[in-house]
Amino acid sequence: MSVRPKAHSLGPKPPFWRDRGKRALIFQVLLIAAVAAFLLYIVSNTQANLAARGITTGFGFLNNTAGFGIVQSLIDYSSQSTYGRTFLVGLLNTLLVSALGIVAATIIGFIVGIARLSPNWLIARLASGYIEIFRNIPLLLQIFFWYFAVLRAMPSARDSYSLGEVIFLNVRGLYVPEPLFESGFGLIPLALGIAVVASIALIIWNKRRHEATGKRLPAGWISLALIVGLPLFVLLVTGVPVTWDVPELRGFNFRGGITIIPEFLALWLALSIYTASFIAEIVRSGIQAISHGQTEAAQALSLPQNLVLRLVVVPQALRVIIPPLTSQYLNLIKNSSLATAIGYPDLVSVFAGTTLNQTGQAIEVIAMTMAVYLTISLLVSMFMNWFNARVALVER
Amino acid sequence: MRDNKNKWLLVTSAAVLALGTASLASANTLQNTLQRGAVQCGVSDGLPGFSAPDDQGEWQGLDVDVCRAVAAAVFGDADAVRYISLNAVERFTALQSGEVDVLSRNTTWTTTRDTTLGLNFTGVTFYDGIGFMVNRDLGVSSAKELDGAAVCVQSGTTTELNVADYFRANGMEFDPIVFDTSEQTVGGYEAGRCDVLTSDTSQLAALRIQLSDPDHSVILPEIISKEPLGPVVRQGDDQWFNIVKWSLFAMLNAEEMGITQDNVDEMRNSDDPDIARLLGQDGNYGEGMGLDANWAYNIISQVGNYGESFERNVGMGSPLEIERGINALWTDGGIQYAPPIR
Repeated sequence: MSVRPKAHSLGPKPPFWRDRGKRALIFQVLLIAAVAAFLLYIVSNTQANLAARGITTGFGFLNNTAGFGIVQSLIDYSSQSTYGRTFLVGLLNTLLVSALGIVAATIIGFIVGIARLSPNWLIARLASGYIEIFRNIPLLLQIFFWYFAVLRAMPSARDSYSLGEVIFLNVRGLYVPEPLFESGFGLIPLALGIAVVASIALIIWNKRRHEATGKRLPAGWISLALIVGLPLFVLLVTGVPVTWDVPELRGFNFRGGITIIPEFLALWLALSIYTASFIAEIVRSGIQAISHGQTEAAQALSLPQNLVLRLVVVPQALRVIIPPLTSQYLNLIKNSSLATAIGYPDLVSVFAGTTLNQTGQAIEVIAMTMAVYLTISLLVSMFMNWFNARVALVER
Repeated sequence: MRDNKNKWLLVTSAAVLALGTASLASANTLQNTLQRGAVQCGVSDGLPGFSAPDDQGEWQGLDVDVCRAVAAAVFGDADAVRYISLNAVERFTALQSGEVDVLSRNTTWTTTRDTTLGLNFTGVTFYDGIGFMVNRDLGVSSAKELDGAAVCVQSGTTTELNVADYFRANGMEFDPIVFDTSEQTVGGYEAGRCDVLTSDTSQLAALRIQLSDPDHSVILPEIISKEPLGPVVRQGDDQWFNIVKWSLFAMLNAEEMGITQDNVDEMRNSDDPDIARLLGQDGNYGEGMGLDANWAYNIISQVGNYGESFERNVGMGSPLEIERGINALWTDGGIQYAPPIR
């Protein structure tokens, strides 16, 4: 250990504004203060203006009776419910179409993306045709197409298309029977739960055995058989404790059963098909990003084709696919707000539309709506970032 | 460089803070309008008879005539109007934020809108009520038979609330199919998405003639609500409120006195003291509103009286063929009544 000469600290201490660290700190504090002051100014200015114009403010309106009906609701709702309840109904409708849209878009996107790389000329051209058509037409027009073009082709309630007189399709939507569960039905979810746990145990055991002895069972098929078979077996043993509420034409419309409204179908189709065209390109680019040498090396180890894909190509491709895929999911969620154009009762339609207009409280309603989209998007991003970290290249 | 940037930010935020105290919106709508040279008037997104562009692209209708009357009173030129087309959801925010100065867009006068929204209704241009239009093939003759029907309705209207009330009060169920604009609402009805199209009866008459086959649809006899439609202004500017209010009253008074667009110049020489006051020949009744003595003369000579506007736009002289009914003057058995000019 050597002792440092203290030559530098001998002179007079420099003033604090010459000190880089302190100066930086001061400017940081000033900047934060400026931003805070600006926000405070905007809020107080808005409040003063609203008060000057005699416009009611605050969130008290959420407890008032809404007084209007909503055609599709996942929770109990009537015109006697509150505006707070309409917010929930709209939010759930938005989540429903977004979630189902993401699932469908992912499935279609992966199929089309892989098909585009197919050595079969026809399949590859069909896939690229799909991508070029749906990627390049504005989404709103596609929604209108599915809603107005497809809807108008449907028959009226009295001339519905029917499948065995239990499922009906007409201009008012798709009507399917609703299962009504009787006592004793509780055993079936229980059987399903047991099957799932047993399958997971089987897969873990199979993996350990494979690593230890090199022997393997077709665990995937056995699990599938378990998960489908066991509940089905219990269902038959208990004598099928389910009755079906079959839709029936009464008066103007079908009553009973479950109604899937055409607004939902049109929006779901349009969102899925549009977003799938982008996802297909992402999947294609992800697969092409894997050098062909990897595939050849795997084949040289005499791995079968499905294992080449599952163990070598897909894990590496996912690293390229996931970040842009996240953006597409976020786009789909935000695009679902176009629902209002065809009257699907999503958050923007029932809350930022009807509720805003009946209460006149634009600032509160729009702020809440924006907060909801922001929260959903951030949660999806968080999840996808976590997933991405899991599949990321482990560097050794 | 970085330090400079920070300093600049500090200066601007300080400036904004300093400005803050003086930034309350100035409330003098008349002065702003005079400076701009045009009345900013919020109208519908196309409702024939009330506010819709004609084949030359000129806005026409009963609601448009209110805008024109205000412009005639303020500028002496009924064409000095800037029309801003608004759908039902946008309309109040546009007025509150100052994008328009008058909202003349078949808007129902209700307590909430008159109080908590910070707005003021200036009068009633058309006394209306909600009705139902159905396809003739359904064989429905009364609204009481509509249990279980799918109903097309426009978002953000009093109709949305009143229909829900009506069906609940009568113990009936319905599916509301809510669209953004009246055009889309009609589209949904024509596509067969709903059995019933509901709106103010005047609007139903206007929408019916837009259908590809108007004779296929009938308007049911029931009127289920009161819908007084009128122009709206912001609260807090009484002068502007008075101008819009009295522009309509001038049109009503003119009809009552028998002054029309054609005879207004002769009427200026009339000995009748009421007429002389209205047309600015005896005193200046525009002064209290910041207008000149010819304000009412300009309205009548350029826009016409209320009855003329009604007949031209929605009455028997128009494709809508709506009867005067309760919209007739009080002297003719209706309820249209304007306070005197005095």
